Amino acid sequence: MKHATAFLAAASLALAGAVIARASTPTMVNDAAVIAGMPRSLSEFRFFEGNGAAQIPVGQVVAYRLNTPLFSDGAEKLRFVYVAPGKQMTADGEGLLAFPVGSALIKTFAFGKGNDRRLIETRVLVHRKDGWIALPYVWNEEQTEATLALAGARVSVTSAKGETISYRVPNKNQCKECHAVDGVVVPIGPKARNLSAEWLEENLGQVPGGADQLPVWESRGSATPEAAARAYLDVNCAHCHRPGATASNSGLDLRWEQDDPHALGVMKRPVAAGRGAGTHLFDVVPGQPDQSILLHRMLSTEPGVAMPELGKSTVDEDGTEAVRKWIADMPAR
Amino acid sequence: MIRIAFFAATLLGAGPLLAETHSIEPGEGAQEALQEALILAEPGDEIVLAAGRYRITDGLSLDVDGVILRGAGMDATILDYTGQQGAGEGLLVTSDNVTLRDFAMENPKGDGVKSKGANDIVYHRVRVTWTRGPNPDNGAYGIYPVESTNVLIDGVQVSGASDAGIYVGQSDRITVRNSIAEANVAGIEIENSRRARVENNLATRNTGGILVFDLPNLPRMGGGDVIVRRNLVVANDTANFAPPGNIVASVRRGTGVLVMANDNVFIEGNVIDGNPTSGVMVIAYPLAYEDADYNPYPRGVVVGENVFGRNGYEPQIESAETLLAAFGGSLPPVMWDGIAADENSLRVAPRIGGWTMGLTAPGQQVTDAQPAPLSVGEPDGRAWDDRAIGAPAEMDARLGR
Repeated sequence: MKHATAFLAAASLALAGAVIARASTPTMVNDAAVIAGMPRSLSEFRFFEGNGAAQIPVGQVVAYRLNTPLFSDGAEKLRFVYVAPGKQMTADGEGLLAFPVGSALIKTFAFGKGNDRRLIETRVLVHRKDGWIALPYVWNEEQTEATLALAGARVSVTSAKGETISYRVPNKNQCKECHAVDGVVVPIGPKARNLSAEWLEENLGQVPGGADQLPVWESRGSATPEAAARAYLDVNCAHCHRPGATASNSGLDLRWEQDDPHALGVMKRPVAAGRGAGTHLFDVVPGQPDQSILLHRMLSTEPGVAMPELGKSTVDEDGTEAVRKWIADMPAR
Repeated sequence: MIRIAFFAATLLGAGPLLAETHSIEPGEGAQEALQEALILAEPGDEIVLAAGRYRITDGLSLDVDGVILRGAGMDATILDYTGQQGAGEGLLVTSDNVTLRDFAMENPKGDGVKSKGANDIVYHRVRVTWTRGPNPDNGAYGIYPVESTNVLIDGVQVSGASDAGIYVGQSDRITVRNSIAEANVAGIEIENSRRARVENNLATRNTGGILVFDLPNLPRMGGGDVIVRRNLVVANDTANFAPPGNIVASVRRGTGVLVMANDNVFIEGNVIDGNPTSGVMVIAYPLAYEDADYNPYPRGVVVGENVFGRNGYEPQIESAETLLAAFGGSLPPVMWDGIAADENSLRVAPRIGGWTMGLTAPGQQVTDAQPAPLSVGEPDGRAWDDRAIGAPAEMDARLGR
């Protein structure tokens, strides 16, 4: 929790009066909202100080980052976890951390830097008695309030590259398209293998086996091309392309732990790709990135061709480059 | 006593009254209202789409069991996806016991309606149309149930799909009937599925009319127990417009019924006419694969009595002219690649002509062909237990108004 406290202290200085006045009675997360109902406004959860516009978490809420993050049109993502009071998150090997009922994962998507930063949406995943529920909140133009948008939304934003894009906030069901395994909603991101040993030590009191394996994306240059690409595919694709998930019928399994080349797409023919296959015959052709359906679909923004199907209005140049390098370096079979 | 009886009746009536109707009208905000209804509906609820054109910019999705989505008719309620900006399909259903009926979908960018892991689903009088006609940039599948058990498709219409109009994949107990598949690459395709019944449909102007396939390297394989009966498979003569990477891109223009690598397929009582390459084609999986669990052969395929008109008159086959000359102007109705697991691979009713390419092993090239008239056994007269094939009969009750 040290990180969060430091965060708060800094924020108190910056915001002076307002926060200090409240210091004697620290804001507490509204557990009732976490446990039941669909709050119309994000602020009802009280995950953040004030209206949440500054994204300063309350003391019980901890920030985290992933070594290799999911690309979402270049949005900056602010990730937080709230653990039910008196409970503890625990590790299950290198995989997903276990969060007790009453916990929440909070992720805010923002574009622009510094004073120009604009919050677009905050996705809340709450763990309730009957399972995880995904709730999308969209920030208003004034940046004072985020309200529940079950049907999703489209928001015009300026991307990091300066393009104007039509950014899609997924609807509640679309959340499930990525978050479901065997029909049950689960978190995707916070896996021990994709979290730093330091953060795990600090928040779990231990570093589980297999933790911190995926390369830190910004320093992927020091990882092998294979590790960088496989980490990217695991984080960006494997929540659907794995057994039991949305794209299971494709037979493509892009999880980090998968080591069968055919399941990873090598010389695998498409099944239901339709026109997504372009003029290509195989998902991955070793040494031939430009003949590989996998890369072809990553390079498209057209619905019906583009992969991922959701949350994508722009091509991730860094990600496609990493995958291109991996395929190019792959020895011919 | 009278009062008590009245009270009891009210209580009894309370059950059905709980089911809510969500009415949606076209116009400003309709897409959001519809998507919210699809999310907030409770099992048993009905979402009713008034007549009109709905402009949809994103994929819709339903994940609540037991919901009925009903329009005012497939020519009256139109979900128009011409301006679609995202998602891989027009409508995604991931819950059980859903009924989709009486509406149309036009120009989805990807697939039309996809239902995945959605058991006991009914599609009734749903139309999916790509309005510009055959075009490789059209979406892949119109009606697309996959990984589901108990699928009833009745009275739908699909045209323009760049892969298959009605595509059922990796599913069990399926009925496709009374439907029209026109001007798609594949009209109706049953892939890696078991216990499917394809009856009383019209497949026309597709590249291939009705396809029964099994493909390797998929979570569910071993397709079979398929009945193809009393369909009108006529004039499937559209040039193949599928993007090259897909298996259907290899379908020859003018294939009436195509069976590839399947087990127990019964083709009977169809009218098969005007298909330039072949009326019926039975083949092994022709491509290289690595999958120890996959069986590439057709097994137990029976071509019973069908009405064959003129087929095979302009076959898209290497050395077509020589073949046509040899067979007197058009090829006989049944074409076989000759690749058999055993003598039960293919049986054909007497007096139906056929020819074989004379290949002997999966993966052989057409250049190895040694064409000859077909000489295979006759159907053994074994009765098929219809009841175990197709969607369970009790699903029919959901078709009534």
